[in-house]
Amino acid sequence: MSAVVQGARRPFGLAGYWVCLQGIVWRESLRFLHQRERFVSALVRPLVWLFIFAAGFRQTLGISIIPPYETYVMYDVYITPGLIAMIQLFNGMQSSLSMVYDREMGSMRMLLVSPAPRWFLLTSKLLAGVAVSILQVYAYLVIAYFWEIEPPTWWGYLTILPALVLSGLMLGALGMVLSSLIKQLENFAGVMNFVIFPMFFASSALYPLWRVQEGSPWLATVCALNPFTSAVEMIRFAFWGKLDPVSAAVVLGCTIVFLAAAVIAYDPARGMLMRRGG
Amino acid sequence: MNASAPPGVAAFSPPALSIERVSHAYGARKALDDVSFTVEPGSFAVLLGLNGAGKSTLFSIVTHLYASRAGAVRIFGHDVARQSGAALAELGVVFQSRTLDPDLTVEQNMLYQGALHGIGAREAKARARDLVGRVGLADRLKDRVRHLSGGQMRRVEIARALIHAPRLVLLDEPTAGLDIKARAGILALTRRLVDEDRVGILWTTHLVDEVRPEDQVVVLHKGRVLACDSARAVMRATGADSIGAAFGKLTGGAGEDDA
Repeated sequence: MSAVVQGARRPFGLAGYWVCLQGIVWRESLRFLHQRERFVSALVRPLVWLFIFAAGFRQTLGISIIPPYETYVMYDVYITPGLIAMIQLFNGMQSSLSMVYDREMGSMRMLLVSPAPRWFLLTSKLLAGVAVSILQVYAYLVIAYFWEIEPPTWWGYLTILPALVLSGLMLGALGMVLSSLIKQLENFAGVMNFVIFPMFFASSALYPLWRVQEGSPWLATVCALNPFTSAVEMIRFAFWGKLDPVSAAVVLGCTIVFLAAAVIAYDPARGMLMRRGG
Repeated sequence: MNASAPPGVAAFSPPALSIERVSHAYGARKALDDVSFTVEPGSFAVLLGLNGAGKSTLFSIVTHLYASRAGAVRIFGHDVARQSGAALAELGVVFQSRTLDPDLTVEQNMLYQGALHGIGAREAKARARDLVGRVGLADRLKDRVRHLSGGQMRRVEIARALIHAPRLVLLDEPTAGLDIKARAGILALTRRLVDEDRVGILWTTHLVDEVRPEDQVVVLHKGRVLACDSARAVMRATGADSIGAAFGKLTGGAGEDDA
């Protein structure tokens, strides 16, 4: 007659996990492709910084030789890793917005009634967001290439990939923690003001830390402690084909902490979901 | 883990859904107060209650969105809080709010749901075609959900809830916002699942005209179960000549007690 009530209860095996992860990434990518304006705005934002801000500051801001660079680099080369991290920061926060939105629309609840463990569902959802952010980053890098921003060797395009996965995970997990705290959809403006801007500006994305140190030692300390700085530096080194162990370790540590916090936030027994009363 | 049903289970099969002394509170406000009832496999149960009766809270607990403060929920014997994987594998859900992706096609929505239950694309495609055909939308499989009517979306949501062949399906006010014809269609479709496939259904509503005399009725009011029996028996016990009148008597009575 039909597929209804046939077939034995399947245990959720390894293959099931793989199918589930694929499905979540596939859906996120489809949704992304349908939201052209989201893709365009994700691309326009860093390009505005590159074409206008960096061009304006090119002459005023000299960058001395700091690792990983072995020669003088132009300012637009310097801020490219910062802008890449910014793409991922926005994407992470936007996924967090979409989770709040999803939850209100109920499709987050749909996700959470899957028999797969919740930590797995949340991590899969994160990885799906990271995949989308990496697409955005490479689109940006293609345009930047024609603006004569390129790594010393073509390998840079490959060595940046693991750094993008890790930083994307960290920023996505942070967004996920925030999504469990945001009460209403409208509060994304608050996320912009209180999370995105401070994280972006108090970091090494736009200026090297030694420059900040000259102006305000206190601010330089804040910048150095900002995990976003570590993400930027990790990406900067990776794009130049190098590994910065300290920043990579900080990003990895923060990813684990944020992810654990997100899983706790979405835990049915003690989660924050309960407070709002479904 | 979930395949290890204890021996002898077949001898006395557990209820499809068993709510055992569940209480829940948001701060000081009690949303559910010592709620107990069961839904037998292959039966149609109606959870009847006004807005604010605690239906949504109960739904959130059964679907594992959050855990109850006290009591247990079992789906075919599996504790939702402790063996959530095994419990949720038996459960299909149609939420009150629309949960389909409007930009994706009917089939894509079905495949996503299949993936969430670990069903690979090929098998999910076959099931999707079958189920969508069953709810009468075979020709809309490749259409974007955006282009469907409200009633058609509900049908797709029911088909989607069945993709992993659950033995218990929860529907939260599935007819809300639909016209009379679409309502009747959804109700008939769901009743067919009980008759033909022995799926257990818990259907929440505040519309008494959706109840048949032989249905099991759970009357939930202000977080408490006021009646739990067949509609016919509830009518007899309250001396009412319709389930609507019985519901009025029950909830009106509770109001007087509270006052």
